[in-house]
Formats: sequence, structure tokens, C-alpha cells
Amino acid sequence: MAEKVVLLDLWASMFGMRVRVALAEKGIKYEYREEDLKNKSDLLLQMNPVHKKIPVLIHNGKPICESLIIVQYIDEVWNDKSPLLPSDPYKRAQARFWADFVDKKVYDTGRKLWSTKGEEHETAKKELLEIFKTLEEELGEKPYFGGETFGFMDVAFVTFYSWFYAFETFGEFSMEAEHPKIIAWAKRCMQKESVAKTLPDQQKVYEFALGLRKRFLGE
Amino acid sequence: MVEEVVVFGVWVSPYSRRVETALRLKGVPYKYIEEDLGNKSPLLLKYNPIHEKVPVLVHNGNPIAESLVILEYIDETCPQGFPILPKDPYERATARFGSKFIDDKCMPAITQACWGEGEASDKAVEEATELLMFMENELKENRFFGGERIGMVDIAANIVGFWLGTFEQVTGVELMTRDKFPNLTNWSIEFVRNNVIKENLPPREEMISYLRKKRSAR
Repeated sequence: MAEKVVLLDLWASMFGMRVRVALAEKGIKYEYREEDLKNKSDLLLQMNPVHKKIPVLIHNGKPICESLIIVQYIDEVWNDKSPLLPSDPYKRAQARFWADFVDKKVYDTGRKLWSTKGEEHETAKKELLEIFKTLEEELGEKPYFGGETFGFMDVAFVTFYSWFYAFETFGEFSMEAEHPKIIAWAKRCMQKESVAKTLPDQQKVYEFALGLRKRFLGE
Repeated sequence: MVEEVVVFGVWVSPYSRRVETALRLKGVPYKYIEEDLGNKSPLLLKYNPIHEKVPVLVHNGNPIAESLVILEYIDETCPQGFPILPKDPYERATARFGSKFIDDKCMPAITQACWGEGEASDKAVEEATELLMFMENELKENRFFGGERIGMVDIAANIVGFWLGTFEQVTGVELMTRDKFPNLTNWSIEFVRNNVIKENLPPREEMISYLRKKRSAR
């Protein structure tokens, strides 16, 4: 049967990028549809009535929502190449735990860097650096979070690399100085075509974030 | 190899009860350790240094944290036993979505609705009602979210199946009424009657007592 795959997404979304990386890893052809989050399409509202958010993957007319759930779905359906989750159940649990950690911590804290000022901003910066420190410790000396090969946890976190320049500029710190292992890991991931072709230019993302900042802080 | 399975939990926590339910469904014997969250044990802090929370499952010395991650791990390590997740990838994605929805949206809204104050609580009541309606419509007239049998979403929905009723009784906030939520109400009755589930729920009167004490301590 001809597979029809549609992705509803936003170019700058680190969550949407996760799905794009997974699709690229598996060599899946799909139709990309850019959403305007200020004017969500009927299709998006119909396919994700609960959260009304991107990304949404529509596979043969059926929607799958939540980026990490979509990535696992892609891994399970297109299981003939580039496995993203390891085969060992304990390693799978670790990959899921750390991807969940990224979800719970990195985005919410990171966004405070452009959406808050003063003391709240300072606290967010300190917290974010702590979070990156924890991730760096988890990475250790491994080439990838999953070990020898690029996998689920790498997909979950590498998309935030496109936002590093924005984090650094709003937070007034240098990732290279604070967390060189993470930068080395991200650059290693960027050698993969699926990652390099998906992640947008950090400067463009920064300009996008500036727009968000104006909306939040009215400046 | 002799399997050693230990669960660190708290008797009142729906999250740690989820893990115990899954182990019982699979027929896996385990050792349970009750934690005092006001005075966490060195072992708990060692096994879950990142979040310092229960539940933690320790399997042959290897720790796993986060209840939904643990449920999947239990399902994958005991593939022959009672299925927690379905086999079909789309159904699995739906089950994961439902479970995450409960944790990310329902739990906070229900907690705020029942235990919050003033305007924030009123708003949360509205939100919780809307969220419960999603669950009502998803369940339809099925016996369980998992279909004929209990599945991951049913296990994750234990807060709606049991704890919500105790919150409502203690705080007087009414969220899940039979006329608004006939499917969910029927489901919750089936849920607490299920042999495996009911073994893993705290005794209702003790739960109510505990919540009343907590409420008056505020």
C-alpha cells in the first residue's frame, strides 16, 4: 500500500525537528505543512483536538501527537533500518527516562530566558546551566547518549542545539565554555545528514526567538 | 538467574501503585519498600538522584524511575505475561498519548481543582471537566481504555478511577458526576472491583483519613 505521511509542524520547533530527524533517519518521504500558530489550520485542530499543538504526524489519515510518541511510532512502524531505540529493555528505559528529562526540564527553563526579566531570568539561567551539567554527566565519555550509535535520546536533545545561540545570547553565557562535551556531542550529531539537513540555522532561530520575546515582554 | 525486584513507593501515591499493579498483572514477585518522603532513604537518593522521587523499580540492582517508563519496562521484560501495551504501533501510540495526557494535564488540573483555592481552583474545575470529557469520549462504552481488558491507560488513570473519588469526598468538590460522565463512572466502578487493581489500592477509609489530616494541616 502506498504510504501517505504528512507532518504538521513549525520550522523553529525543536519538537517538530525531532520528528523530521526520525523521518530522515528512516528515509521516509512525507509532505511537510508549515503551521501558523497564531492561526491554526482546521486540519491541525481536527487532528490534535486535545492539545492543538504541533508536531502532528498523519499516517494514512491517522494522527499521532506528541513528538517523542511520534518518534517511537516511526521507529516501530519503519523498523527495517536505523533503529532509534536500543533492543535491550533496560537501555530502552534509560533512553525514555532521559528523553522525558529533556521534555520536563530543558524547554520550560530555556524559554524563561527570552520570556522573563530580572530575578526570574537569573534563576532560569542558573537552572538551565545545572540541567545542561546533568546532561553532560549522563553523556560522560560516550560518543552518543545511547552509547556507540545515535539513538532516541540523541534525537530528543540534539534539536535543542539549533536554539543554543538563542539561549547563549539571552542568557549571556557560552555553551562551549560551560559545557564543551555537549557541544562536541552536538557537532558529532550534526555530521549525520538527517540532523544537518533538519536543524535550522541558529541565527535564524535567534531572530525567531527575538520575535517571541517582543510578544512576551512587549519590547 | 534469580530475579530480584524491589519497588520504592509511598502507600498513598497513585504513581507507585501503578508499578505494583503492573508487577501483579505480570505475576512478578517483588519486595516493597515504603519511603518517608519527609526523610528520604539514602537508597532512594542513590537510585533516583535526578528526581529523588518514588516510584523507583530496581531490577537486579538496576534502577528505573518515572512510572510510565517503568510500566513499559515491565511490559518489555515480561513479554509473555498479561499485555500492558497493545502490539499494534498505532494503538501503542494512542495508549502512550492517553497515559501522558493523564500525567501532564489531568493530574495537575484535578489536583488544583480539588485542593486549590479561589479563582485558580474555579478555573481548574472548568479545565478538569473539559479534560475528563476527552477521557469520557475516548472510553465510549468500552469496558476499559484497553478494550476488554485493563491496559496501560487504565493503570495510568488510577487517579481518576480511585483517588479522584477520595479527593471529592474530602474537599466537597464535585468533578466526576454520573450524569456528566456516565462512561467514566461505570469504568471507575469496574476498575476498583478488578481483582488485581483492588489489591493495589490503599484502603479507602485510610486514604480519606490521610487526606482529611492533610487538609486540616494547611
